[in-house]
Amino acid sequence: MPLITRDDRMIWRRRATGRDLAVWAGWLVGTAIFVWSWQVISENTIWFFVSDSPRVAADIGSRMVPPAWDYLPALWKPLWDTINIATLGTLLALVMAVPVAFMAARNTTPSVLFLRPLALLIIVSSRSINSLIWALLLVAIAGPGVFAGIIAIALRSIGFVAKLLYEAIEEIDPLQVEAVRATGASEGQIISYAIVPQVMPAFAGISVFRWDINIRESTVLGLVGAGGIGLELQASLNVLAWPRVTVILLAIFATVLISEWVSARIRHAVI
Amino acid sequence: MATPIGFDARAWRPPPLVTSPLLRWGIGLGFALYLAVAVGTLEINWARVWEGLDRGWAFVLAFTEPDFTSRWRDISQGLLESLTMTVVSTVVGIAISIPIALGAARNLAPLPIYLLCRGIVAVSRSFQEVIIAIFFVAMFGFGPFAGFLTLSFATIGFLAKLLAEDIEDIERGQAEAVRATGASWLQWLVYGIQPQVMPRLIGLSLYRLDINFRESAVVGIVGAGGIGATLNTAFDRYEFDTAAAILLIIIGIVMAAEYSSSMIRARIQ
Repeated sequence: MPLITRDDRMIWRRRATGRDLAVWAGWLVGTAIFVWSWQVISENTIWFFVSDSPRVAADIGSRMVPPAWDYLPALWKPLWDTINIATLGTLLALVMAVPVAFMAARNTTPSVLFLRPLALLIIVSSRSINSLIWALLLVAIAGPGVFAGIIAIALRSIGFVAKLLYEAIEEIDPLQVEAVRATGASEGQIISYAIVPQVMPAFAGISVFRWDINIRESTVLGLVGAGGIGLELQASLNVLAWPRVTVILLAIFATVLISEWVSARIRHAVI
Repeated sequence: MATPIGFDARAWRPPPLVTSPLLRWGIGLGFALYLAVAVGTLEINWARVWEGLDRGWAFVLAFTEPDFTSRWRDISQGLLESLTMTVVSTVVGIAISIPIALGAARNLAPLPIYLLCRGIVAVSRSFQEVIIAIFFVAMFGFGPFAGFLTLSFATIGFLAKLLAEDIEDIERGQAEAVRATGASWLQWLVYGIQPQVMPRLIGLSLYRLDINFRESAVVGIVGAGGIGATLNTAFDRYEFDTAAAILLIIIGIVMAAEYSSSMIRARIQ
C-alpha cells in the first residue's frame, strides 16, 4: 500500500506516484484519440441534415402510422423463408463446426502444429465477417435468393459454434477420458463415450443460442438480396411505403420475441 | 458383483438426452417433418447457383492475390471512418450505458427507474443494427454520423444489460461495510460498488470495441459510412481482388483486436 509523507503525516494513496502518472498518461492518450476520431467524423458529416433531423423524424413518424395491416398476409411466406434460412443455415453450420471444434481443441486435435492453427484460422475468419457481408458476397457469386442466405448464415455461424464448442471440449474432465481409455477403447470410442456426453449439454445450448441469433440476422439478409422478410423491407423502403415498413418491423419484432422465448425454454430444459 | 438377471453388457446404451421416449420420438418426427417441408418450399435456382461456381472460384483465387493498391484511396478512407466510428461510438456508448446500468440493477434502483432502464435496454437489443442504421441514415443523412449513432445505440443495450447483471451479483458485505462508515450515496457507489464491477466493465468495453468494429463494416452497406460502403461497391463491380483485400484487412484488424483485448483482460482479471 503506497504511503506518502506530507507535513510529517503519513497519507494513504491508492497508487504510487509512478502508477499515478502512468494512469494519467493513459487517460490523456485515450482522450486525444477520442477527440481526434470525433473530428474525423465531424468533417465527414453534413451538419445541416443533423440539425434538420427532428423535423425529418417527426415527418417519418407521422407517415408510419397507421400501420397498413392489410399488408400482413403478404408477409407469411417471407417470414417462413426467414425462419428456414435461420434453421437450415444453423443446421449446416453445426455439421461443419463439429469437426472444426474437435480439430481446434487442444486435447482432441490430431496435430497441434498443423491442424489446430488451420481450425483456429477458419474460426477467426468466419467470426470476423458479419453474415450480411457473407450474404453480399454470396449474392454476387450465386445470385439473389434464399440459397445465398442459408449459406451466409452457415458460414458466419461455423466460427461462433466451433469457438464455444472447442472451449467446452477443452474444459472437460480428463479423468473420465482416462477411465474410458483404460478399458481399452479406441480413439473413436473415447470421443463418443467420454467426450461427447460431457459436451452434449453445452453443444445443445450453443446451437439453440446461435439459432436465436440467426433468426435476428436472417431478418435483414434480404436488404442485400439474400431472401426472407428483409426483401419486403427493402422493397417498401425503396418506394417510401412507411405504413408497410411499420407492419414489417412489428412482424420482425414479434418473430424475434418468439424465437427468444423458444430458445430460453429449450436452454432452460437442457442445461 | 451381482449382475441383474437378463443384463447383457453389450446391449447397454448411454442414457439419451431426452428421457421420455414419447417426447424424444415426437421431437425427432416433428423435426424431420419440418425439414422436409422447409426444404420442399425453398425456391432455389440451381442453374444460377451452378453458374456462380466459376465466380466463386474466381473469388477464392482472388484471396491469393488481393489488390490493395488500385483502390487504396477508397479503402483507407473507409477504414479511417470505420475505426473512428468504432472509437467514438464505444466511448459514447459506455458513457451513456453506465447510468442506465445503475438504473437497471434491481439492488440499486427503485422499481419505476428499474422498469424504465430495462425498457431502454430491451428496445436497443431487439432490433438489428442495420435496421436502426436505415432509420438514422434517413434522419441524419448519409455518412459516419448515422453510423456512430447506430453503434452507440446498440452499445447501450449490450453493455447496460451485462453490467446491470454484474452489479446485481456483487458481494453485499463490501457495499454495506462502506455504507456503515457513513459514506454518502456517491461515495458508496465509488468505493463500495465500482471496484467490484470495474474488471468486468473493462472486459465488456474491450469486447464491445471489437464488436463495434465488426458492425461498423456492416452499417456502411445501408449508407452509414465506413468500410462497408467500399466493400459493397467492390462486390457490385465484381472487383473480387479489391473485395478480398478489404476482407483480409477486416480479418487482420479483428484478430489483432481480439488478441490484444484478451491480453489486457488476462492482466486485469
